[in-house]
This record gives sequence, C-alpha cells and structure tokens, in this order.
Amino acid sequence: MTDLAWIDLALTAARPQAMGALLRYFRDLDTAEEAFQEACLRAIRTWPDKGPPRDPTAWLIFVGRNSGVDQIRKSARNTALPDENLLSDLSDAEAGMAERLDSSHYRDDILRLMFICCHPELPATQQIALALRIVSGISVTQIARAFLVSESAMEQRITRAKARVGKAGLPFEAPSAAERAERLPPVMAMIYLVFNEGYSAGADNSDVASLCDEAIRLARLLLRIFPGEAEIMGLLSLMLLQHSRRDARQTADGQVILLEDQDRSLWDRRQIDEALALLDKAIRHRTPGPYQVQAAIAALHARAARAADTDWREIELLYQLLEKLNPSPVVSLNRVVAFSKVRGPAEALAMLEPLAQALDGYFYFHGVRGALLVQTGQKGQAREAFSRAIALARSPAEAAHVRQELDKLKEELQAS
Amino acid sequence: MLYAILCYADEETVFAWSKEEEAAVMGRLYAVQEPLAKAGKLGPTGRLMPTTAATTVRKGKDEPIVIDGPFAETKEVLLGFYTVDVETLDEAIAFSKQLSAVNPGSTSYEIRPFYVFHPGAVPS
Repeated sequence: MTDLAWIDLALTAARPQAMGALLRYFRDLDTAEEAFQEACLRAIRTWPDKGPPRDPTAWLIFVGRNSGVDQIRKSARNTALPDENLLSDLSDAEAGMAERLDSSHYRDDILRLMFICCHPELPATQQIALALRIVSGISVTQIARAFLVSESAMEQRITRAKARVGKAGLPFEAPSAAERAERLPPVMAMIYLVFNEGYSAGADNSDVASLCDEAIRLARLLLRIFPGEAEIMGLLSLMLLQHSRRDARQTADGQVILLEDQDRSLWDRRQIDEALALLDKAIRHRTPGPYQVQAAIAALHARAARAADTDWREIELLYQLLEKLNPSPVVSLNRVVAFSKVRGPAEALAMLEPLAQALDGYFYFHGVRGALLVQTGQKGQAREAFSRAIALARSPAEAAHVRQELDKLKEELQAS
Repeated sequence: MLYAILCYADEETVFAWSKEEEAAVMGRLYAVQEPLAKAGKLGPTGRLMPTTAATTVRKGKDEPIVIDGPFAETKEVLLGFYTVDVETLDEAIAFSKQLSAVNPGSTSYEIRPFYVFHPGAVPS
C-alpha cells in the first residue's frame, strides 16, 4: 500500500466520527461535508511530509471546524481573512483536544449521523443512498454505479433526500436514554437495507457487492459505541453469516445455488467464527429480538457440515419464535419450509394454504408450493405453481432457477 | 528466552482493508515468519477477532461481573500476537522490525518476555 492509500483508509475510518462532530458544530449537512472535505485535502497535503497525527480523527475535526468557520466568515464578508497560524501547528492543541473528543459526544454524534439518514419520510432507496454518501463517504459516482442510474440522477436523489431531512429539522439536543434506544431500531434497519442491496445483487457487480462490506463495517461501528446491545450483535452476526456464503451461492454464470446444494467448503470460516462468537455473546443477555433469532437460524445452517446434518427441528422452533416477535407471512412461509423437512410435504402444504392470499404475488411462495407439490406427486399443480413463480421472478437468475425445476418435471412426465 | 510480540493498531483502519489488501499484507507477514518457523523458534501466533467480539470479566462487589467489549476503550487495541523463542532481545527486535516493514498499518509491536506456567498446555 502506498502512503496515499494508507491515508485514504485512515480518512475513511475517521469519517463517521469526524462528520458527526462537524455536523453537531455547524448544524448543517452541507457545511459539515465541505468542512470535512477541506480537512481531508489538508491531510493529504500535510500528512505525507509530517507523518500522520497521533489521533487522525481529532486532527480532522479540529481542522474541519476551523476551515468551516473560515468559510462562514468569508461568505458573511464579516471580518478579515482568518489567521493561518491558527492551523499551522496543531501538535500542542492535539493532546487536550483528543481527550475532549473521546468523551461524551462521541457516540451520540455517530448515532445522530446515522439516524438522520433513516428519516421515516425517506423511501428505502434514498435512505441507503444518503447513508452511503453521508456516513460512509462513498462517491456519488460509485453509488450511482451500484444503483445502475446516471450520476446526475443519483446526485439529484441525494440532494432531495438532504433537503427533506433538513426541512424536517435535525435532532441536535443530546438524546435521552429513551430517545437513544428509539433511534437504534431504524438505524439497524437502515444498515440491513444497505446489506440487502448488496446481497441481492450477487457477485457480478462488485460496486454493489461491496455494499455488504460497508454494512458490516457500519454495524461493527454501531456495536462498538453500544457494546451491550444484543440486537446489534445479532444484526452483525446475521450479516456475517449471510456474507460468509458469498462465494458459494452462485454459479460462474450467475445461477442461484440453493443453500442445500452449496459447496460448504467455500463458506468463509473466519466470518462464521466471528458470527458465532457474537451470537454467543448476544444470547447471554436473554433479550431475544428478530435479528438474533435470524442469526441463530443462519448459525444452525453454518454449523451443519453437510446439508443433511441441518437441525430443522430447532430451525422450525426459531421460526415460531420469529413469528411471535415479528409476525409476517414471509416469516410464516419460511417456517413452513422448515416444517416440511421435519413433518413432510403433505402437512406443510396444509400449513401453506392460509398464506395463499397474502403471498399470492410473491415469487418464493409459488416456488415453495411447487417444490412441495412435486414431493407429494401432484405434478400438474406443481407445474402451475412453478409457472406462476417464473412470472413473478424479480431477476433472471430467480426465473432461471425455477425453470430448471420445471424442466425436470417435464422430463419426468415424458419418461413415465 | 520466550517473548510475546503484541501487535497494537487502530482497529477501524485495519478492518477497513479490502479483501485484496488484507491478503497482500498477510502474505508478506507470513513470508517474514517463515524463516523463524523453519528454525523452530516460532510458537503459536494469533489474529484477534474485532473487539466487538470481546467479553471482559471484571471484579465486582459480590461476584465478578461480565462486560461486553474489550478491557480498555482505547484507539489502539491489541489485534494479534506472536510468540517466539529466541536467544536475545535483539533477535526479537529484528523480527518485529521486519514485521513492521511489510505492514502498511501504523501497528506497534510490544515485545514482552513471558514465563510458561503449563508447558504442556500450549501447542508449539
């Protein structure tokens, strides 16, 4: 790695805290962003010669704050140009500053920065775009590439999101413990949205796939400032477990490989180990939540050396718990799948019936129903279900997968 | 003399490495260790998982209390360790300098001699 690449990493790592502090100071997103940008430029100019400061984040906040104040003064044509000496020697100021920074504001600054990106009026895509731009500092060009839209369209989307957030008023008072607790669920949901955006894209678009890494980084950051929150441990564990299968869940030409057919030696052991450690920590708290339960389900898959070793009975129980915590027809559908492995396809089909209305427009419902009908030998109905699934598929890979099932069925019918 | 070489670095920066950067750095660090391993002087080495996976047990009023997270909240945290069995401190320093040279991170290497309590318990 070159010097500059290293500085780039340090700037990325410092960004959420530095931006959070500058936002608290200037109370305006654009001013905070410009100030941070200016501080980064100065870092790139001075760090290679002088060496990186002991606390890069404190340095960036200090320099950013001064340059932001300069900017405000200049635009107000208020006083004479600011004294450059203020910025020339930071080494003395740094020690005291670092101490102040490490204290109380740190976690509320980062939480606020994340929280404003999940304003309830913002649609999911805008939340993700805003978080990637504001919290992660990913360039508009890169975000646009990930969402397959033009740069100007993405620029507009982010500007609109910022305007909406600004109009709603940013929450600058230090939050109470209750307010802090209220802010966590939407922030976790936003991080999971970022992850899913990357996950659903598959491996062929690396700009999108890197969103998974970014979501994991944000969750680690959130957990570091709220180390005792079991649901954040659950969320991080869940994402690591899903991400650990990245290299195993698609063929070279982009076809979906189902969990039970994946080559488990391709799963990332390191991510699995970290995820299991986090889940162990979370369970100690005895405050189950949806992320922990989903992580526990994913962990049971990760623990099975072969698909046949999967503990479906336990998975079915966990889906029951998830149904209680987070009732939704999709969760019930997943429970049916686990149930079918334990009790067989006929009982599972009966369990599926009441979900038909709610999930009629859902690809997976018809896919699951088709697979169960194949198992009970109702091939005509199975074919209908698969055709319906193909019509509802959201990606060519999904459609191709069901088409394979349909072809298999045809071959069997012809053979008999 | 047995030394533990403890690696301290800024966690956020290290975990921002991409997979490729990570692989390149690990490859170079591995190459530095190899001569020592071949000479039979390298004991167990380990990379610590992120501090978010850590749990701390601390003295409590009545009984010990369990806390989520690392022992100390500092910017630079313990991220890994090597154990070496070398003749002199100079040798341990030379090894640490080699590690430092191929590691782009601002990692500090603390060299601490240690006693072995249960020789049989540690695979070497």
